[in-house]
Amino acid sequence: MDLKPVIEFKNFSFQYHSQSEPTLHNIDLSISPGEKILIVGPSGSGKSTLGNCINGLIPFAYEGEIKGDLLIHGESTQDKNIFELSKWVGTVLQDSDAQFVGLSAGEDIAFSLENDNVPHARMHKQVWKVAEMVGMQNWLTSSPFELSGGQKQRTSLAGVLVNDVDILLFDEPLANLDPATGKTAIEIIEDIYTRENKTIIIIEHRLEDVLHRFVDRIIVINDGRIISNTDAHSLVCSDVLTKTGIREPLYVTALKYAGIKITEDIEPGYITTLQAHQHRNALTTWQASIEKPKAQKEKPSVLKVEQVSFSYDGIVKVLDDINFDIKEGEMVSIIGKNGAGKSTLSKLICGFEKQDQGTIFYRSQDLHDKSIKERAEIIGVVLQNPNQMISKNLIFDEVALGLRFRNIPEEEITPRVEKALEICGLNPFIEWPISALSFGQKKRVTIASILVLGPEILILDEPTAGQDYRHYTEIMEFLVEINKLGVTVLLITHDMHLMLEYTPRAIVLSEGRLIADTSASSVLTDHQVIESANLKETSLFHLAQLANISDGAGFVQGFIDYERKLKNR
Amino acid sequence: MNVKAKLFSYDLVDSPIHQLSGLTKLICFLLLTFAVMYSYDIRMILLVMLFAVFIMRISKIKFSQIKLMVVYVLIFVLTNAIISFLFSPEMGVEIYGSRTPILNLPGKFDLTAEQLLYSTTKLFKYASVIPFGIIFLLTTNPSEFASSLNRIGIHYKVSYAVALTLRYFPDIQRDYHEISQAQQARGLELSRKASFFNRIKNGLLIIIPLIFSSLDRIETISNAMDLRGFSKSNTRTWYTSRKMKRNDYAALIISASIFIAMAGVSIFINKSRFYNPFV
Repeated sequence: MDLKPVIEFKNFSFQYHSQSEPTLHNIDLSISPGEKILIVGPSGSGKSTLGNCINGLIPFAYEGEIKGDLLIHGESTQDKNIFELSKWVGTVLQDSDAQFVGLSAGEDIAFSLENDNVPHARMHKQVWKVAEMVGMQNWLTSSPFELSGGQKQRTSLAGVLVNDVDILLFDEPLANLDPATGKTAIEIIEDIYTRENKTIIIIEHRLEDVLHRFVDRIIVINDGRIISNTDAHSLVCSDVLTKTGIREPLYVTALKYAGIKITEDIEPGYITTLQAHQHRNALTTWQASIEKPKAQKEKPSVLKVEQVSFSYDGIVKVLDDINFDIKEGEMVSIIGKNGAGKSTLSKLICGFEKQDQGTIFYRSQDLHDKSIKERAEIIGVVLQNPNQMISKNLIFDEVALGLRFRNIPEEEITPRVEKALEICGLNPFIEWPISALSFGQKKRVTIASILVLGPEILILDEPTAGQDYRHYTEIMEFLVEINKLGVTVLLITHDMHLMLEYTPRAIVLSEGRLIADTSASSVLTDHQVIESANLKETSLFHLAQLANISDGAGFVQGFIDYERKLKNR
Repeated sequence: MNVKAKLFSYDLVDSPIHQLSGLTKLICFLLLTFAVMYSYDIRMILLVMLFAVFIMRISKIKFSQIKLMVVYVLIFVLTNAIISFLFSPEMGVEIYGSRTPILNLPGKFDLTAEQLLYSTTKLFKYASVIPFGIIFLLTTNPSEFASSLNRIGIHYKVSYAVALTLRYFPDIQRDYHEISQAQQARGLELSRKASFFNRIKNGLLIIIPLIFSSLDRIETISNAMDLRGFSKSNTRTWYTSRKMKRNDYAALIISASIFIAMAGVSIFINKSRFYNPFV
């Protein structure tokens, strides 16, 4: 394209005042009007920093030293403030919940018009027009609690479109979304892109999910430098993804396992363009060669939920006649969309709430009369956000807290804390303040502070939310280690990769009812379950379809078995 | 959603009171509060209190919603009455200029009719003002509240801060609940089994994580606001501001009349802020 670039980085570097090293090094990048660009990179690579330079949060909210130039519409951003930039660049942040400023969809969309002193009548007209553009015109008076994840995304998008910006910047739009909503979000972006002729920049590490729709270019950032700038097909063929620790699309992994060379002529960038039919033989041969794991001996039950029902207000049943039986040493996913009853279930198990009907057994012992504190010695619960659990400055004190509450003598506490820290790989940091730790390390601290109480069952709420592939793998491999020590692990999640790779069994809740209790591969290939739990079909299933393999679920299960063997689990 | 999380939060019910503009409600609230605070005429105050109950009925506020608040208010008002009696048992006598003992008690603590009237009047003053506060909070959308504060001259940044606080109150309450449960699972004792001092210390173990997780929230929301031009100019307009309708004027006239009546009774009939039946 020989159009004048709309965004141009020229030898651009940036260093936060709080850091000793620059976060971005000598960036050269130009983006033409009407392009759709995806920026990927692991956490800490500088991709969000790059985005914040474009929208003006840097240096407005985060100060630092800028070297080189960044031009938007040919004008240097150094001379512009964040408000002037917001007329050109509309930013949709991650977490559409947290950025919802207004109390209703309409008010949220109107926010920037209010700040522009647009008169009342004109404002309502403009809001209506933009709401229509994203299909929200019938929801203008709804509060954020009444909106679905997808509708919140539409609202956030409308809130920046209302400024008539020509550049749309999405900062990790998929971070807190379930798979189905994430898919919808990508479709909404595509829809606006094709109809409104905007320049689109998406910053995300979930590559495969963004490639649900076409993008012009993918920029890969690692350690503050651009290391690749190409289209989806050639990126997937190169080794850049593996080197930077970004997860390649799952179907590409499967093709590689089957010994198929990934080249541009099979158009591997998108599952929709992939030419897989000529590789049918290689795939079926591979599938046939996969050894089925030996059936495990049935272990005794450790947690049994029998006919449990619960309601907060006595009218709406949040859980309705739930039955399942967890065996000793299992690792199980509990899935379902928001409001399906997952967290309530974990609250009942921990004793935070009491069920109205039914019984929860720990090894044939009814838990009904056990207090929260007593249950905590059997069942540990780890919240999603480690900041919600950490209340001490030093790692040692934090992990020791639960033992000190129990008045255990100090000389017994020290060895127990040291052991928990060792299991969690935190020994080198034992003297460190918690504030110096990364998110993943804090997560480990919270897990250690629960493990120290010696629970047999561990319940984790979204343990990998918002983590990139490397951290995700770190946390999950760590949980596998703990699981191997004999701890039964229950994971509340909507991460499909996690289900596929780590939990052989998945329990699916929908509107308070248990609708499936089966293998992860059957869940992720069962259309009805997928629909009611806001999941989406795994691309492995599509790959099987493209290659005319009729037993899709068998193919997915084969992939799981193969990986488990490969990783020796 | 948990019923507890709804305490203090604006409720989306439709009633004539909900439909009044935020500005109307704010002005009415101020007028009625000043009226009741100015006058010590128990007859008028009781009338206003009946009016408050009536309004609460119209605005479809359920007793269960405000039960906890009512209990706190009762405790506060009663403690207030007892303590002021202990510190100045002759306050009523000073004000009304007569002394009619009903109950002779040791020391200077005689119970006089004057003191009883004074304390009761004060008690009902609170009991009639607080319902208006509750009605105002529960029937006004926080954003509309902000816009009305702004319209009576308070800077929009301050107004918006107030609105955001109200708005995040339920969220923070939910966080608090979650954190407290997780800490209790680790063995934290919050029940009466722990000593008072320990309960305060243990409370900190919930507050600290609460602050840190709220800070995350604040960073995101303030970035989102900056990116959409908040604080770029000295004024702003409001999506939720409503045009004044007939009912708004009616409400204003009623409140203003009550205010004038209260002031009038004090000035022309009682010739003082106090109604004095003892002369």
